[in-house]
Amino acid sequence: MRDLAPRPLVQVRDLKMHFPIYSGLLRRHSGNVKAVDGVSFDIIEGETLGLVGESGCGKSTCGRAILRLYDITGGSITIDGAEIGTLSQHSLRPLRPRMQMVFQDPQASLNPRMTVQSIIQEPLDEHTTMSTAEKREKVFELMDAVGLNRRFASRYPHAFSGGQRQRIGIARALALNPRFIVCDEPIAALDVSIQAQVVNLLEDLQEQFGLTYLFISHDLSMVRHIATRVAVMYLGKVVELAPREPIYAEPLHPYTQALLSAVPEPDPSLDARDERIILQGDVPSPANPPKGCNFCTRCPKVMEICKQTEPDFIELMPGRFVACHLYTKTNETAGATAAHEVKEHQQGE
Amino acid sequence: MFSNKTTAEDLAGVITAAEVKGRSLWSDAAARFVRNKAAVLGAVVLLAITVFSLFGQYFAVWSNEEIDWSIMGKISQAGAPSFANGHYFGADELGRDLYARTVQGTRISILVGMVGSLVAVVVGTLYGAIAGYFGGRVDNIMMRTVDVLMSIPFMFVLILMLVIFGRSIVMLFIGIGLISWLDMARITRGQTLTIKNKEFVEAAIAVGVSPTMIILRHIVPNLLGIVVVYATLLIPGLIMTESFISFLGLGVQEPMTSLGALIRSGAGQMQFGVIWQLAFPLTFFLVTLFAFTFVGDGLRDALDPKDR
Repeated sequence: MRDLAPRPLVQVRDLKMHFPIYSGLLRRHSGNVKAVDGVSFDIIEGETLGLVGESGCGKSTCGRAILRLYDITGGSITIDGAEIGTLSQHSLRPLRPRMQMVFQDPQASLNPRMTVQSIIQEPLDEHTTMSTAEKREKVFELMDAVGLNRRFASRYPHAFSGGQRQRIGIARALALNPRFIVCDEPIAALDVSIQAQVVNLLEDLQEQFGLTYLFISHDLSMVRHIATRVAVMYLGKVVELAPREPIYAEPLHPYTQALLSAVPEPDPSLDARDERIILQGDVPSPANPPKGCNFCTRCPKVMEICKQTEPDFIELMPGRFVACHLYTKTNETAGATAAHEVKEHQQGE
Repeated sequence: MFSNKTTAEDLAGVITAAEVKGRSLWSDAAARFVRNKAAVLGAVVLLAITVFSLFGQYFAVWSNEEIDWSIMGKISQAGAPSFANGHYFGADELGRDLYARTVQGTRISILVGMVGSLVAVVVGTLYGAIAGYFGGRVDNIMMRTVDVLMSIPFMFVLILMLVIFGRSIVMLFIGIGLISWLDMARITRGQTLTIKNKEFVEAAIAVGVSPTMIILRHIVPNLLGIVVVYATLLIPGLIMTESFISFLGLGVQEPMTSLGALIRSGAGQMQFGVIWQLAFPLTFFLVTLFAFTFVGDGLRDALDPKDR
C-alpha cells in the first residue's frame, strides 16, 4: 500500500488541546491541562494507525480533537485536503460526512429513546435528501453490512448485547460513506470473545469500503493485529511512530520498550526470557508537565539533557519517528550507545 | 422425528417472517405504572374527578349562580344535602346550589394546575435544556435570571398584580405561569448537564446534527421522564397556591368560584351547623391532591430506571 505513492488522508500538525483550569473564589484561569500538546502525524489513505498509550495520556482527546468535537487550542488538521482545524462548528457541519467516529461505550453512545432504525438513519436525515423509503432501504443495507438482523430495526438499544450495540454504532458511522473513522477504544467495553468479532468486522469493512482508521486502544496485542502503523503517546505527546513490525520487534523509545514489555506473553517459556521494565513513580500531571522531555521523571535511561531540553520528533530511519535524546545527533555519545544497543538487540534475535 | 423437524422449520419461518416490534422505554414504563396499584387507583380517581368537573353541571338542577329563594334564610334547616330539592351537596349561605358550585370550582382548580404545569413543561424544559446544553456564559445569564426571579417573594407580587390589574382568572393564570417554570428550568438544566456529556450527544455532533436538533431530538426526550414526574407533582402545589389566593379573597371572581374560595366560605359558615359547605369542597380538594400525588409517585417509580 505504502509503495504506491502513499497519499496522506489526514495530516495533523502540532495539534494542541489544552483544557483551562479555573480555581479560587473568583474562578481565575490558573493553568491548563495539556491533554494533547503538540502532536503531529499523517494517516495514509487506507491504513490503520494505531494510537496507544496508558490511561490519561491523551489518546481519546487526540482522536476527538482531530474530529473537532472540541475547539482545539492550536495546530492544524487537514482531512482529505480540507483544513478543519480553524473552522467554526457551524461551517464544519457539511464536512462531517467524510469523518466519523466509533465510540468506546456502546451503551452510552446510543440514544435510549430512539429505535435502531432512527439511530442509523439520523446521519441520512441530516445530510441527504433521500425519501423515507430510500432511507429505510439504506438502513437495512447498513444493518446487513455490520451483521445485524434487519428484523431488529424497530427495537431499542437496551434490547441488544454490547457487541450488537457496537455494531449499531458502526453502522451509524458508516451511513454517510466516510473516508476516515476514528475508533475510540471500540473494543474496550466488550467481552474478549466479542472483541475479536468487532475487530474482524472493522477489518472487513475497511476492505469493503476503503476506510482509513485511527484506532485508539490500550490493548497492545489488538493494535498489533489491526494496525498498519503504531503511534505511542505519553503525556500528551507522540513519543514514537513506526510501522507495526519494527515497533513491536525493536522499540526505540524507552517508554515504548517499557510499554511493550508489559504485554503478557501467553507462552511461559518465552515469558521467562524477556525482562519486564518496571517504571518507577507515576505519570506527572498534564497540568504541570516536567521541564525537558515529558518522560524524564520515569525514564530508566535518563540523561542530563533530558531534564533541560525537549527532544525533537525526528525521522530516525525511513518511516520510523522517535522523540528521544538517545537518538538525536546533538548527543553523539548517547546516540552511538543507543544505536549500538539496537544493533546488539538485532544480533541477539 | 420428521414431524419434529418440520415443526421446527415452521417455527423458524414464523419467527423470521414477523418483524420484531421494539419495546420502547415508554412502553416499559407504562407496564411498570400499571403494576403500581396506588398509582392506577389515583389515575382512575383523577379521571373520575375530571369527568365530574367537565360534565357534572348537566346533572345539576340549579346553576352555580341561581339563588334558591325558598331556602334562603333557613339554610341550616332546609339547605342540607337532599335529592328532593335538587341540592345534592346542599346549599351555601346565599342559597346557591353547592353541587353546581363544586363542579365549577373543581374545574377551575384543575385548570389552574394544568395550565401552570403546562407552562412549566414547555417553558421550563426548553429554558433549562438550552441553558444546560450551551453552558458557559449563556448558562450563567439564564440561570442567574432564574435565581433573581426566584428570590422575589412571588405571593406578594401575585397579590399585588391581582390588586392592581383587577381580580380575574386570566391574571391568576399569568401570575402562576410566571413562577411555575422556574423550578422546572433548574431541574432540567441539571439533568441536561449529565445528558449532554453522554456519548450519544457527541455522536450526534460528530454526525453533524445542529444544536437545535440535538436539544430537541436527544436532550428533551431523555428529560421527559423527570419532566412528567415533576409536572404531575407540581399540579397539587399550584392548586394549593390558587386555593390560598382564593382563600384570601383574591383570585377567582364571583359568581365563578374555585375549591379554595368554596373552602373559605365553608370554613366561615361551619359554626352555624352547615358543615356540608366545608365538607364537600374539602373532600374534592383533598381527593384531587392525593390522586395527583399518587399518580406522580407512580410515574416517578415507573420512569426512574435507577429504582429498578
